[in-house]
Amino acid sequence: MVTANSELAYNSKIEGDVVVTTADAAINWVRNNSMWPMPMGLACCAIELMATASSRFDIARFGAEVMRFSPRQSDCMIVAGTVTYKMATAVRRIYDQMASPKWVIAMGACASSGGMYRSYATLQGVDRIVPVDVYVSGCPPRPEALLDALMKLQAKVKRERSASKLLSA
Amino acid sequence: MTMTDVDLPTAVSQKFPSATARPSLDCPAFNISAGEAITALQFLRDEHGYDFLMDLTAVDWSAEKSPRFTVVWHLYSSTKHNYMRLAADCANDAEPAMPTSTGLWAGADWHEREAFDMFGINFTGHPDLRRILMWDGYPYHPLRKEFPLAGLPADFHDPEVSAETKTGLISAPMAGGPFVATPGEPMSDAEPRAKDEAWNEQREKPE
Repeated sequence: MVTANSELAYNSKIEGDVVVTTADAAINWVRNNSMWPMPMGLACCAIELMATASSRFDIARFGAEVMRFSPRQSDCMIVAGTVTYKMATAVRRIYDQMASPKWVIAMGACASSGGMYRSYATLQGVDRIVPVDVYVSGCPPRPEALLDALMKLQAKVKRERSASKLLSA
Repeated sequence: MTMTDVDLPTAVSQKFPSATARPSLDCPAFNISAGEAITALQFLRDEHGYDFLMDLTAVDWSAEKSPRFTVVWHLYSSTKHNYMRLAADCANDAEPAMPTSTGLWAGADWHEREAFDMFGINFTGHPDLRRILMWDGYPYHPLRKEFPLAGLPADFHDPEVSAETKTGLISAPMAGGPFVATPGEPMSDAEPRAKDEAWNEQREKPE
């Protein structure tokens, strides 16, 4: 005969192992380890971005190997290259189409500040149109630098108050 | 080694008495009037084998000069393996115009669009004269002499993005630039640097 479980406390024999945590930590843990990039490859930095994804540098170690060419499925836009004014509106539009939560890495000198292109045709830093979380120096940056930026972004996401943000949204 | 087309100057001056030889360090070059340009190009293509339009571009001699704009055609002969150059001044300095050569070479289409975009030369008879590098509605012609390299303020071509970001095109901070490597430097010192390092974004330009 089956009797109802009248115990009020947690019974590890019935339920198995349970880890107690906070909502923030759990949500951030999930977000951190599946940060799918939107590869906004616009110039030579995109080559380094590809190298970062390849087996030698292996961005998969950080859970960010799933390059999504659809903004709907991506979490982190990596702006890799020179953003021209003509392209800038497309970059902003793609950023707008990404689902929240979303982050932006400005990879390289051009994306961060316009770089050597002090010209009529080049956006002087992608932070003029989208909020940037991490800037990477270099022209182009080495793949290690991009991995470091990703780790910095993950450290930043770890500190976010995700649960209260979700509830207030 | 490309041979120079020795008969070409005589042939051109016989056919087009108004054509003059243009100073040139490489291939034969001629100045011709805008009205005769297309006839001359057709003559060179059909009678002299210059069947390939290598390049079509323009020159802005600055606002003080008249004629201000010159259109330049570079032709190549796939049979003689020779190059030649033809140049024609635009009559009107304020609204420069030139007959289109798209009737002779379909490939002239995009070249002329680029010359229109960068210099504002109106190629009359062009089938689809729109900007090709900058967007439709961009208010300037960037390769004109009076246009600064840093650019001039303008709106984004997408009004939604302008409204969302509340920003637009700016004059790029030149900070002593242009940033170029000096030729002849050792490779280690040949980084692009500002020509005038006395000022930058933080420090005002000394008067």
